[in-house]
Amino acid sequence: MLANLLPNVEWDMIWAATVETLYMTGIAVVATFILGTILGLLLFLTSKGNLWENRLANMIIAAVVNIFRSIPFIILIILLIPLTKWMVGTMLGANAALPALIIGAAPFYARMVEIALREIDKGVIEAAKAMGASTATIIWKVLLPESLPALVSGITVTAIALVGYTAMAGVVGAGGLGNLAYLEGFQRNHNDVTFVATVLVLIIVFVIQFIGDFVTSKIDKR
Amino acid sequence: MCMIILENVTKIYEASNGSVTAVDNVSLQIKEGEIFGIIGYSGAGKSSLIRLLNGLEKPTNGKVIVAGRDIANIKGKELRKARQEIGMIFQHFNLLWSRTVRENIAFPLEIAGVPKEQRKKRVDELIQLVGLQGREDAYPSQLSGGQKQRVGIARALANNPKVLLCDEATSALDPQTTDSILELLVDINKRLGLTIVLITHEMHVIRKICDRVAVMENGKIVEQGEVLQVFRQPKQAITKRFVQQVVEPEETKETITHLLDKYPNGMVVQLTFVGEAAEQPLIANVVRQFQVDANILQGKISQTHQGSYGVLFVHIDGEKEEVARAIDYIRNQQVAVEVMTNAR
Repeated sequence: MLANLLPNVEWDMIWAATVETLYMTGIAVVATFILGTILGLLLFLTSKGNLWENRLANMIIAAVVNIFRSIPFIILIILLIPLTKWMVGTMLGANAALPALIIGAAPFYARMVEIALREIDKGVIEAAKAMGASTATIIWKVLLPESLPALVSGITVTAIALVGYTAMAGVVGAGGLGNLAYLEGFQRNHNDVTFVATVLVLIIVFVIQFIGDFVTSKIDKR
Repeated sequence: MCMIILENVTKIYEASNGSVTAVDNVSLQIKEGEIFGIIGYSGAGKSSLIRLLNGLEKPTNGKVIVAGRDIANIKGKELRKARQEIGMIFQHFNLLWSRTVRENIAFPLEIAGVPKEQRKKRVDELIQLVGLQGREDAYPSQLSGGQKQRVGIARALANNPKVLLCDEATSALDPQTTDSILELLVDINKRLGLTIVLITHEMHVIRKICDRVAVMENGKIVEQGEVLQVFRQPKQAITKRFVQQVVEPEETKETITHLLDKYPNGMVVQLTFVGEAAEQPLIANVVRQFQVDANILQGKISQTHQGSYGVLFVHIDGEKEEVARAIDYIRNQQVAVEVMTNAR
């Protein structure tokens, strides 16, 4: 029955493409979380009135973040071709998409991290200082735990944006559901393939959102 | 022995539209084991002053010595070590919402590197001390204001500090909760011999628990002394205003004006009693010994940390000379007398 409705869908190919999309998104989310958190912390700590207040450093980091956040993703992929070739050795396959995905998403997430950190009550940081906490202690035991719900909902939004990015990366040869929908679906006029790929992307997005909301509500004790 | 010494301390903030002198040449000595209050309106510089004591702010000039350490000139590890000996509690409690009561109290112990087993033991002791048994695993959002401040106090005491700084610690609490927190502070002060420095804008807090008080205005300390002494003889206008907060019912001024109109004869006097004098049958003696009538118009006795303090407004009527003699008699009983006159 399913075979009649979707005559052109080859399920093993769909499965392989889904795994590729999940692989790209998964690695990129983890790397974006780490890199974005570090950048966000630096943005926050070097800003006015904070622990490492430093105008020059803050301006440089903010400039880097803004530049990479402003470049449209499809252009970023093209600009990063030399870097990707040097790092991964090829422009084909899921791994080739990773540098662009991470460099595209980390600055975006860094801004969210900065906003999350700015939401923390200044009094709590002052209290930790008054207790004799070092900067490392303040980062690990105050800043990150106190902003965790916002960090998690931020990475949820970023992860969903990354699913979209992987589809775009797919068009230029990185594999995954986007690649499948474009090459097998659109170019060969197999609308059922495009349809299945779209539904799978939607399912992935819904699942990410559900997990994100669930974790956020679990850890938020305010 | 002085626990805290401030010498000619000045704190100036540089802002884009000029500089602000928050603390202006303040010298202060606070003895070991005393409860010292600093009172002032907002903007008087008391928040800056208390933050100089644990190095959250650095003085522009002057010397800050706390528990023998030169707070203004140490930094890094040494300053962090010093801060572990100076507990601090805050107006808005500043607890970590992501941690339970137990974990919040354990936080300063983690900072000090206390091993886990000892940490648990110490936290249990502190929960007993501040009376939070049964709430150990609650999150701050599940606590009342008073309970939050108890967590704050337990947290501040975790590393056995020598000094406890209270930054408007009761200003966000209702009167009843304020009293219970103040009682807890006195209890801690007695039991642990802790030196407590508190800043507030409520004279009620000073009256209730302080041994000595300093009054701050525009960054300067304009008056300081034993609480009872300051209550008896406030010198500066601002101090008088603060004393009035507690001793005079709000409507007193109006009532007095009204009475001065109503009783053109005789005199309306304000009697101020301190300590033992407050407990003598003074008015009865006056009426018995002199040919005067005494009519009590308004009165209040307040309990301070060191003894009672009372104010009474009395209308005394009779022959002019007799009234004068009665007033002389009252003066001889160690009671301050102020003759009220109509402003008009």
